[in-house]
Amino acid sequence: MTDTLSATPDATVARPSRLSEFWFYFRENRGAVIGFYVFVAFVLVAAFAPLLAPYDPTQQFREHALQPPAWQDGGSWAFPLGTDPLGRDMLSRLIEGARFSFFIGVVVVAIAATGGILIGLIAGFAPKWLDTVIMRVMDIILAFPSLLLALVLVAILGPSLTNALIAIAIVQQPHYVRLTRASVMSELQKDYVTSARVAGAGFVRLMFITVLPNCLAPIIVQGALSFSSAILDVAALGFLGMGAQPPTPEWGTMLAEAREFILRAWWVVTFPGLTILVTVLAINLMGDGLRDALDPKLKRS
Amino acid sequence: MLKYFGSRLLTFIPTFIGVTLISFAFIRVLPGDPIIVMAGERGLTDERYQELTEQFGFDRPIAVQFWDYLTGVLQGDLGNSFVTKRPVWDEFFALFPATLELSLCAMIFAVVLGLPAGVIAAVNRGKFFDRTLMSTALVGYSMPIFWWALLLIIVFSGNLQWTPVSGRIDLTYYFPNATGFMLIDSLASGQKGAFLSAVRHLVLPTIVLGTIPLAVIARQTRSAMLEVLGEDYIRTARAKGLTPGRINGIHALRNALIPVITVIGLSVGTLLAGAILTETIFSWPGIGKWMVDSIFRRDYPVVQGGLLMIAVIVMLVNLTVDVLYGIINPKIRKR
Repeated sequence: MTDTLSATPDATVARPSRLSEFWFYFRENRGAVIGFYVFVAFVLVAAFAPLLAPYDPTQQFREHALQPPAWQDGGSWAFPLGTDPLGRDMLSRLIEGARFSFFIGVVVVAIAATGGILIGLIAGFAPKWLDTVIMRVMDIILAFPSLLLALVLVAILGPSLTNALIAIAIVQQPHYVRLTRASVMSELQKDYVTSARVAGAGFVRLMFITVLPNCLAPIIVQGALSFSSAILDVAALGFLGMGAQPPTPEWGTMLAEAREFILRAWWVVTFPGLTILVTVLAINLMGDGLRDALDPKLKRS
Repeated sequence: MLKYFGSRLLTFIPTFIGVTLISFAFIRVLPGDPIIVMAGERGLTDERYQELTEQFGFDRPIAVQFWDYLTGVLQGDLGNSFVTKRPVWDEFFALFPATLELSLCAMIFAVVLGLPAGVIAAVNRGKFFDRTLMSTALVGYSMPIFWWALLLIIVFSGNLQWTPVSGRIDLTYYFPNATGFMLIDSLASGQKGAFLSAVRHLVLPTIVLGTIPLAVIARQTRSAMLEVLGEDYIRTARAKGLTPGRINGIHALRNALIPVITVIGLSVGTLLAGAILTETIFSWPGIGKWMVDSIFRRDYPVVQGGLLMIAVIVMLVNLTVDVLYGIINPKIRKR
């Protein structure tokens, strides 16, 4: 936040490539690097889930129902994190759940960012009246608490993972619109845009080739943050019974199924929540690092 | 100042109409016939179908329907609940104090812990305190609060038996709901142990609901403080020989509070969204639980009315924050 004044780059040194410069600043933030590694592990687990999971996530071992984790009395290494009330292996379900959460994050960010960036670009370039209309509509969406609006949308569309994704994406869209519009507005004041315009660049070229690349930094940071909040919100919807439906091993849905056993079997409640927390925390740490590395104002010399 | 206030109010009106439009559209955009959808699996007879169509006015042009709805809303008519047959407006205000009490306590919890945490972190920038506090804040910020609630229940209600699991007060106490705030009512009733019981019911939901705002406020305070601490006037204050306590606590914090107040105002939406989860888990009889229950019971007038009321509350709070912001920070007003 500070050190704004000391950020004058040393002019005599050749500027490093963008990526290595980014990595240099990103590496400064130890938390961000840890978050990055955890995230990579999460992606790998999601990608190779069927190979890593010891059992099929829906397979029921009835005679081993509610078996505690291996290190507790009564546990066995056959089920390292214990089993749930139906005798399904917790570890396998958590691993399979990583796929859902990763999928949720990617789809929500893709839909929300694409739509939001397009609308934001249009709002930034459009005449004043259209801009006002777009921003008012975004204000209206933002007036509803996101989880509530998503909950109601799902109630209309019917509870399922797909509908939960659509609902969360709609709710997150305004943030991208606002960010994109704000950066477009500030970029449009700059000389390089004027010169591109004078050189005869058309609207579409101005939008996507001249201006958009210079607006990406805050959008990328927002992408990381909305990836994690998408995971949280879809898990919350699943927990309320309005997201993925049982027996889907989605983490929030697993927690909802485990609720009545909280006082008897701590592991069925603890592990799904802990995985959500660790995943979301890793992505948020990464997001903080991205912000510090991408925002030139905050860079330390 | 009046001009600023007026311009804020002018943007409020179209947003209000838009919000009303969305909650109005809610029943009508249901895929399929809204009345069939509302009837659910039970189905209904042709006569009843006719009756309901007329009752809801679905046979009239859509613009007329919206006009009726909007004028109804402005007169406090949100329709009647399918389940209880009582006006949605009355039900909302009967339950609202419970949510308000919980949200206020959560906010106080968040501010009382978050502000000092942010200031301490900023003053000790890069040191052990800063790193610990900010790591904790990030964990809080990333917390799935429904899981956090379950964990607290396991530890404090299950293992330690300190707090009850659900409700607002033990059923052994009975007294009239004069204000709707359980803390005040129980104290006013003068019954022994009633206040303590209310407090014990309130503690866990407050912590759960306050966690994310607490983390947000701590982070925001820290960054606002850091920005202010770099200003020239702080250096001047230091050069004058003022004590660090005076500089940090008065000179810096005052200006750092401006963005923090905005964040506190914006947290109201987060609080109401969090109330949905918190109230469902702790069976807290407030707006959030009411909404979730109504969604499951397909009580659409309640969902529709509740959605609108919550959005209007969020908008009113945001408007108040904007106006306050203009009062605190004259630079904004001039624009």
